[in-house]
Amino acid sequence: MIAEIGSFALILALALSIAQAALSWAARWRRSAVLAGGGEGAALAAFLSVAVAFAALMHAFVTSDFSVANVAANSHSEKPLLYRVAGTWGSHEGSMLLWCLALTGFGAAAAGLGRSLPRGLRAVTVGTQGLLGVVFLAYTVFASNPLTRLAQAPVEGRSLNPLLQDPALAVHPPFLYAGYVGMSVVFSFAVAALVEGRVDAAWARWVRPWTLAAWAFLTVGITLGAFWAYYELGWGGWWFWDPVENASFMPWLIAAALLHSAVVTEKRGALPGWTVFLALAAFTFSMLGAFLVRSGVLTSVHAFAVDPTRGVLLLIILGLTAGLGFTLFAWRAPSLQQGGVFAPVSRESALVLNNILLTAATATVLLGTLFPLIREAATGEAISVGPPYFNLTFTPLMTALMILLPVGPLLAWKRGDARAGVKRLWWAFAVAVAVGWVVFAAVAPRHGLGAAGVAMGVWLIAGALAEIFERIRLFRAPGGESWRRLWGLPRGAWGMTLAHLGLGVFVLGAVFETTWKVEAAEALPVGGSLDVGAYHVVLESIAPAPGPNYEAERGAVTVTKGGQVVCRAKPERRLYSAGGQTTSEVGLCYRGLSHIYLVLGERREAADQPVWLVRAYWNPWATLIFVGPAIMALGGLVSLSDRRLRLGVARRKEEETKA
Amino acid sequence: MSWLPKSPKARRRLTLVAAIAPVLALAVGLTLWGLSDSISFFYTPSQAEAAKPEPGRSIQLGGLVAAGSVVKHPDGRVEFTVTDQQASDRVVFQGDLPDLFREGQGVVAIGAFRADGVFEAKRVLAKHDERYMPREVEKALKDQGEWYGDGQRPEHVSKGSGAAE
Repeated sequence: MIAEIGSFALILALALSIAQAALSWAARWRRSAVLAGGGEGAALAAFLSVAVAFAALMHAFVTSDFSVANVAANSHSEKPLLYRVAGTWGSHEGSMLLWCLALTGFGAAAAGLGRSLPRGLRAVTVGTQGLLGVVFLAYTVFASNPLTRLAQAPVEGRSLNPLLQDPALAVHPPFLYAGYVGMSVVFSFAVAALVEGRVDAAWARWVRPWTLAAWAFLTVGITLGAFWAYYELGWGGWWFWDPVENASFMPWLIAAALLHSAVVTEKRGALPGWTVFLALAAFTFSMLGAFLVRSGVLTSVHAFAVDPTRGVLLLIILGLTAGLGFTLFAWRAPSLQQGGVFAPVSRESALVLNNILLTAATATVLLGTLFPLIREAATGEAISVGPPYFNLTFTPLMTALMILLPVGPLLAWKRGDARAGVKRLWWAFAVAVAVGWVVFAAVAPRHGLGAAGVAMGVWLIAGALAEIFERIRLFRAPGGESWRRLWGLPRGAWGMTLAHLGLGVFVLGAVFETTWKVEAAEALPVGGSLDVGAYHVVLESIAPAPGPNYEAERGAVTVTKGGQVVCRAKPERRLYSAGGQTTSEVGLCYRGLSHIYLVLGERREAADQPVWLVRAYWNPWATLIFVGPAIMALGGLVSLSDRRLRLGVARRKEEETKA
Repeated sequence: MSWLPKSPKARRRLTLVAAIAPVLALAVGLTLWGLSDSISFFYTPSQAEAAKPEPGRSIQLGGLVAAGSVVKHPDGRVEFTVTDQQASDRVVFQGDLPDLFREGQGVVAIGAFRADGVFEAKRVLAKHDERYMPREVEKALKDQGEWYGDGQRPEHVSKGSGAAE
């Protein structure tokens, strides 16, 4: 019964989205506040309906109702509660429902929080969001309905893939989807701006919080995914340049570019067309991601069960939505006002350069991701583009970006003084070079590029701090005044500093881990040992460890350094009876910021005794890889809480322009 | 600087072009270099026989793991045969096999042929998902008429993910 209520609610949501779109667009053309109110009401109702459908599906998963096809295919009654809940979005159908939930949720939020927007702009935004809702809800209802019943319910479900039964991955999709779909509001805002012919400072100010929120969610989602890959796949790595990873990374890069170009549009009214273009591109890349992940056109370690028909449908949705958006852009963009002029050395120029580099980097990632498809269509040869390509193309562009990054915030708007900027940054540069030199001299084995990378990370962190020091006039004003200024800094400034600092922290971790990681693998009997870096790893014992829906072998491993025990870890190898699949549970030892990463492999029969393949990694500074993006996301949230971004300000501004 | 255009608009355009051009050149150059140099080809054993990739060149070898061919050595080495029913290659791999590695299942081995014709894999991929058949493997097998549809996969799979269709 509950599943039927859910099905009904889903179809109702589709109808409400149609109403939302129709009412809002009609409100725009007839300038009717009543119709606009109706559209906003429909947006809220559509969200509630999808929420009911989502709750119904979650109920079916929690109670293990195997008469629902999706539950039977993706759940199992022995699964722990957390993973039964997470199973709701663990499959293709369920994740599309989550997508729709986020889409209508953002639509309702835009309708509810947009009170301060000009009426026309708000109506078109809500209407466009409604159209997106119609498209994706229609897809969910007709092509991938998660609430379809089976005529004959099986006694037991087929279980969620064991690798996905993990706390980080249980919460990874909601964050990722909030980020992906958050871009839809930005897209709708861009369409509204084009329809209204209004791209100005106020518009940029409305777009920025949505972009910030989506970007912060996406940052958290990607980081959780990387962390999951790190400790669950047991390969010792955290980023593989896999198509699915790239699919989530491209919208992130574009959103980062958009955040910066929106600042220029907000403060100086410049680059309106470019900002709108990025706003359209961000959601286009989100949809491209949805298509790549689900259609199976690219081989990936993360792909959902492949279904070409759905792929075609998603491709049509992508083409239609992005096509209409960019056609509108081509038609209306030339009529947008050009903003203020700026000198070659200025904050604007620095942000333009940031945008050029970020979009160029996105383009190389896009090309690398799609090249196997292009090549196969052209020559019929199957190829794969792997990490070497991305290291070669993406890394230099990002390096250029990071060299310039600390300079930008220190330049003045309109006309900057490069020499003054250099004067404020020389100490940061000196610190970076000194640290790089120390690392080069002290860390064995000696590695020039690695040391340069560490210097880069320090340069970013010191540069971010230099900007704050400059703002509070540290050492140039009396201490009391600096202190007072420090507390008076707007949250937006703190947000930027945190985001840039987080990037530096990430670079430190990524460079250190990639350059100086040590790997060792050996087949060990009980009592055997291997050495990894300075550490001595002993396999003390192996014991069976039964779990709720799996059987496991658990190793007790002791790690010593110079005869001193530094930690004990318990890596596991689990066999899930439901699918006959095995997974490895990595044993992690934290040594400050570094990890000793232990994987218990399969059992082999040697001549006299059984042996286990044990792999051990020394991953120095690996914690920073995940802490850095967390700081960046925190920066996004802090910036989001800036009162200048609260919509009341925009309203006042609108009243001023009216007066 | 008198050679600069007079109108501010034209000046800004010139600045933009001056900023974009080197980045674009860098990006295009790196991309072309990367795509010519660091892509790896996918072969099934019979395609590899025809294409004869030079030893040491990184490629991907895909096919089915021949039944009864897997030999696991106690020192951690594994040997198995990857086959597409027309040709087969012996693969050696040092390390832990992926969780879904099975005889009769599709795999992709990433590595290079040694001079003696044995394929030395650096990584072996089978997928997270037991329903999965590597796409290139499926396509190559279909092209060669060696694809038996769902029958090759575990029986319960024919229901697939899509009871909804």
